[in-house]
Amino acid sequence: MSKRRFLNYLGLTVSTLSALIGLFFLFWIIISLIYKGFHYLNWNVFTQNAVAPGDNGGGLKFAILGQLEVVGIASLIGIPIGLLAGIYLSEYGKDSFTSNVIRNICDAMTSIPSIIIGIFIYALLVVPMGNFSALAGSVALSILMIPIVISSVDNILRLVPNELREAAYALGAPKYVVIFKVVVKEAIVGIISAILIAISRVLGETAPLLFTSFNSNFESYKLNKPIGTLTVTMYDYAMGPYDNWHHLAWAAAIILTFSVLLFNIASRLFSYWRFSH
Amino acid sequence: MSYTCKIDGKLKIDVRDFNFYYGNKKALSDLNFCVKENTILALIGPSGSGKTTLARCFNRMHDLYPNNHYEGRILIDNKDILDPKIDLIELRNKIGMVFQKPTAFPMSIFENVAFGLKLIGIKNKTELEDRVVQALKGAALWDEVKDRLNKLATNLSGGQQQRLCIARAIAVNPEVLVFDESTASLDPISTSKIEDLMIEASKKLTIIAVTHNLQQAARISEYTLFLMNGEAIEYDKTDVIFTNPKDKRTQNYIMGKFG
Repeated sequence: MSKRRFLNYLGLTVSTLSALIGLFFLFWIIISLIYKGFHYLNWNVFTQNAVAPGDNGGGLKFAILGQLEVVGIASLIGIPIGLLAGIYLSEYGKDSFTSNVIRNICDAMTSIPSIIIGIFIYALLVVPMGNFSALAGSVALSILMIPIVISSVDNILRLVPNELREAAYALGAPKYVVIFKVVVKEAIVGIISAILIAISRVLGETAPLLFTSFNSNFESYKLNKPIGTLTVTMYDYAMGPYDNWHHLAWAAAIILTFSVLLFNIASRLFSYWRFSH
Repeated sequence: MSYTCKIDGKLKIDVRDFNFYYGNKKALSDLNFCVKENTILALIGPSGSGKTTLARCFNRMHDLYPNNHYEGRILIDNKDILDPKIDLIELRNKIGMVFQKPTAFPMSIFENVAFGLKLIGIKNKTELEDRVVQALKGAALWDEVKDRLNKLATNLSGGQQQRLCIARAIAVNPEVLVFDESTASLDPISTSKIEDLMIEASKKLTIIAVTHNLQQAARISEYTLFLMNGEAIEYDKTDVIFTNPKDKRTQNYIMGKFG
């Protein structure tokens, strides 16, 4: 066998094995999650209130609704800011010095450990307000979302062919019409999948919430009060001494994992989706 | 350079002592020519001669990018369109452009043609519909799309998309229409349809057509400007350029000796 063919087989084998190892752990996690946790998932988990430590039964209703609230408000803050900033970079800033600085900062921000963002918001909001709050949790998550949305929107819009912009300008369109009626419309599928990815990215975050929205065993959806979320509840319950808590932690883990998976799959499907009407 | 405009008809565009620069690089130099109203002027020349650069001056497309600048005057109906105070949106309503690649917008066929009409402030639904239909008929596309006006325009074939772009451009009744190698990416049948459209349209508006295809220039245009290295080598009636060019370089180019 020639050296070239040998190297070809070697490369193929090594990369296939690497892919299999990665997939193996992924499937191990998902399968053991389903195997060990699925039977704790029942209707009560979704509808029952949290119970006092040591009591049996109860559910994750507060945590699920709390999670929706915290992530929902984070999205309301993070998506518009990220979207507009991404549009600014691609359509106004282009390759100017300022935009390249912003791009580099965004790249750096996406790799900051999320717990540091939690501590930052702790100092910025929790300490001045005097207590943990749902709002602080949302702001922390939105800070995680913003750089992700900015970079992906910027990259997606830069893929829109310049001819399309020129064609709109040539018809006498002002710049905002070119951007919102033509460029964004052309890239809408990519933008929506980027948003879904950003949501699914923060959906599973625990660290930034530990210092901000904290946790609550009581039903409260007030923005200025601590709030229970699936991730932090799972963390607390898994660490706790009661079997009932462990069961609920399994259920929370399954709900979270499959929500994240669902968001990822939805964004994939969206990318493949084409107008067909 | 002394220059006299010699056309047999009404003057539409008058280009005087015109230079254009990309940054410090001079791309067009010392152009002087005039264009007759309601006719087709072909811009020919080898690659890099400045045909497209010149075409994109008439609707000030170069203003989209920094560091470009114009010198001299381009008068359309005796009004200098290079005047910094001119309203570019108004100018581009009057000077339409069809590009090399079809540029259908990501919206329905109807919306594509209505795009420019909405920009000039036509909101009345009946008027909008009338003018869209008129434009699609004018671009010989109506019969092919009348049953699917609400379908996405980007699903049309390349040739259909290019005719859609023409419909979109003529819908707003421009005075001048610039074609920038608009048939270069199309098959011969689509090309011939678009050439017919250009000839038909030139009865009502002035057309400037950049083309690589000399036969096309000969088929459709009344006047031809031959450019080389950003300079106007020869400008005359098309049949004179093709049968009896005065400049040796024009002759060589027409004969296919370079380009």
